[in-house]
This record gives sequence, structure tokens and C-alpha cells, in this order.
Amino acid sequence: MSCEQRTEHLHAYLDGELDAAGTLQFERHLAGCAECGATLAAEQKLQKALQSGGLYENAPKGLRQRVAASLPALAEPRVRSTGEWRWAALAAACLVGAFLALQLFSDIGGRSRQSIVAAAVVDAHLRSLQPGHQADVISTDQHTVKPWFDGKLEIAPPVRDFTADGFPLTGGRLDVIHGRTVAALVYGRRKHVVNVFVWKAGGDESLSGAGEQQGYHWLAWQKDGLNIAAVSDVSAEDLKALKDLFLKE
Amino acid sequence: MPDREERARFEEWVMPHFDAAFNLARWMLRSRADAEDVTQEAILRAYRFFGNFRAGDARAWLLQIVRNCCYTWLQKNRPTEDVSEISEEYLKDDRGTPESLAIAAHEREQLAQALEKLPTAFREILVLRELEGCSYKEIAAITAKPIGTVMSALARARQQLRNALTKPAAPVVKENRLEL
Repeated sequence: MSCEQRTEHLHAYLDGELDAAGTLQFERHLAGCAECGATLAAEQKLQKALQSGGLYENAPKGLRQRVAASLPALAEPRVRSTGEWRWAALAAACLVGAFLALQLFSDIGGRSRQSIVAAAVVDAHLRSLQPGHQADVISTDQHTVKPWFDGKLEIAPPVRDFTADGFPLTGGRLDVIHGRTVAALVYGRRKHVVNVFVWKAGGDESLSGAGEQQGYHWLAWQKDGLNIAAVSDVSAEDLKALKDLFLKE
Repeated sequence: MPDREERARFEEWVMPHFDAAFNLARWMLRSRADAEDVTQEAILRAYRFFGNFRAGDARAWLLQIVRNCCYTWLQKNRPTEDVSEISEEYLKDDRGTPESLAIAAHEREQLAQALEKLPTAFREILVLRELEGCSYKEIAAITAKPIGTVMSALARARQQLRNALTKPAAPVVKENRLEL
């Protein structure tokens, strides 16, 4: 990786946002690179100046009281109507709850837990698309992402970068599927995000096969005692290609 | 939930971040007087939508409202000002060799002037990071940008700030500010 590409690492290092492995890797580079050393020193100086420069401006005295005083008058009618809405919402929630319970029972009676796990996997994917939720460790380097999981899980997820095959690794995070902590590997596919969830096989939460839910495809398989499930809005063929890459390893 | 309880919850969760709200507005708008108006508006908005806030990071939640209010206010009241959000164009790398900064840590005026020269989106992100001490994740949540964009924008914002600090204060900027 060139120094140019390291710019963001340098800033993440400066801000204490690199994980242990990333920090180590960057410090190793720093030891032998005078250019990055000088840049870092300049950035540290600027950061110190900003943080200790007395730039923070508190609200003027009295503003807080004025604003606080203006609140209740505005709130009275609103809260009452919210109360009415709450009853309506509660009633609706009961109906939905009853419906879901029915669904759940018919699932357990009929098709096994598969569809529940599949729904949980798609939910986890959707959650990850919210800003700031995609990755806890951001790196395209499998040697940064893989050690990040060390000690966080009872398994070692197979972290591989498939940039050459059109699935660049962009990061990883911990996620929860059906109450179980799992590894989530994040890949890019053109402009789309693919989440690959990995957890220990053999439990209740096993998943295999493929499906579609709310417009998202999932594809799941087992390998080396691990459950692996890929979810994305890319095509089922793309997911199949990613699965083949994992199986080839 | 009765009004009084909701109000108490609002006082407990949101009001401690009143100064943070004001500080962000002050730097985004480059004016204390305008920041007073926008802070008031943002707090009222927050109160109105407080039902949507469950639990979690109340500061990030409030600051998100503040920055949205600021952008709306800027578009309405200073239509000639560049208030575009972070774009590819902004993030083009023009990384040069680091200039040694001739500023002393306490030269507040010099820093403030340089900061005010930056485009709003960069000023916003620097204030969140350096003054408010937000993590990348929090900044991403507040600005509704991917973390990767936050990282490149921050690197770029610092670069521009260094440039602004090493260049002599341009009188043009003063004139621009008077037009506001």
C-alpha cells in the first residue's frame, strides 16, 4: 500500500479509530516512512490547536431558559393527540402480534425454523445498511479484518478478499442473528453491499438453501463446521458466484 | 405517558446537549445570533419528534436535527453560499507535503478565521470531530454518510484547513462575509 493510500489510515490513527491490528500495522509503516511521520506530526499539531484553541462556544446565558420556557405551551395539545395515537398504535400492534404469532406457529408446525432464521438474516442485512452500522473494522485487507475477530467469537470466520473476482472485502463487524453473536463480513459488488454472516454449525439456527425476502436474496451453506449465509440485493447468480469463491478456498 | 413525564425525559436526555447544539449551529452558520435562532428551532423540533427517540445516543440524535436545521436555514437565508454536502468533487485528493504550521496553539482568531473559510460541510465535520469529540461512527450517524466518506472528508477538511492557515488572510474573504 502506498503512502497516498495510507492517508485515511493516518487520520484514523490520529483519531484513535484504528483497531489493534490496524494500529500495529500503521506503526510498523510509520517507523520506516519519514514522509508519513512528518504528515502525522503536522496533523497532530493541527488537532491539538483545534482542540485546545478555545473554539468551543457555549450557548449564551439565558438562551437555554428561554428555549426551555417555550416548550410546554407548544407541547400540551400535541401530547394529548399523541396519547390517542398511542392507543391506536397499541391496538394495531396487538393485531400484528397476533398475526405474527399465527405465522410463527404455522412455521414451526410446517416448514421448520429455516424461514425464521432466513428472516433474521435478512433483518440483520437491512440493519447493516443504516448509516454507521455496516462495519466495526473497516479495511480491504483480509489480514486486518481476520485478526479483528480474534477472541470475539468461538469461531474463526474465513475472511478472504475477492477483489480480483469482483467482490472486494470492505470490512467486518459482529452482528446478532436470532440471539446468537455472529461474524459479518462485508463485501462490495458494484454499487451494492453483500453481507456474509458466519456462525457455528450444529445449533438450532442452521440455514441452507436459497431464498428471497423483501427483495433481498439469501444463499446459505455449510463448510468446515460453519454456517455461512450471504445476503444482498444483488442477483441470485452473483451470490452463487460468491459462494463458489468461498468453497474454492 | 403524561406530558410531565415526557417533559422530564426530554430534560434529562436532550437538554444536557444544549451547548453542543449551539456550538455546532454557531460554526455551521458562522454567527452567534443566527445560531441562537436555529438552536431554538432545533430544540423545538426535537421536542416535537421526541416520541420517535427511544433510547441511545441523544447527542447524536439532537445534532442530526441541528445540522438539518442549519442546512435548511442556510439554503433559505444565504442562497449564494456554498452549502453543498460532501461530494466526490470535495474529496479529490490534493495532498501535498505537510506545511509546517506557523500558528501557536492559542491563536484562536487565526484558527477561527481559517475554519470559517472552509465549505460548510467540512467545517461541520471538523467541529463534530475536534470540538465535539464525536467518533467516526457518531459523525456518520449525524451526517447520514457512510463511515468511508466521513474518513475521506475529514482528511480533506484538515488538508484545507492547513492550507487556509498557511496562506495569508485574504481580504476577499472578509468582504464575502460582510455580504452575508
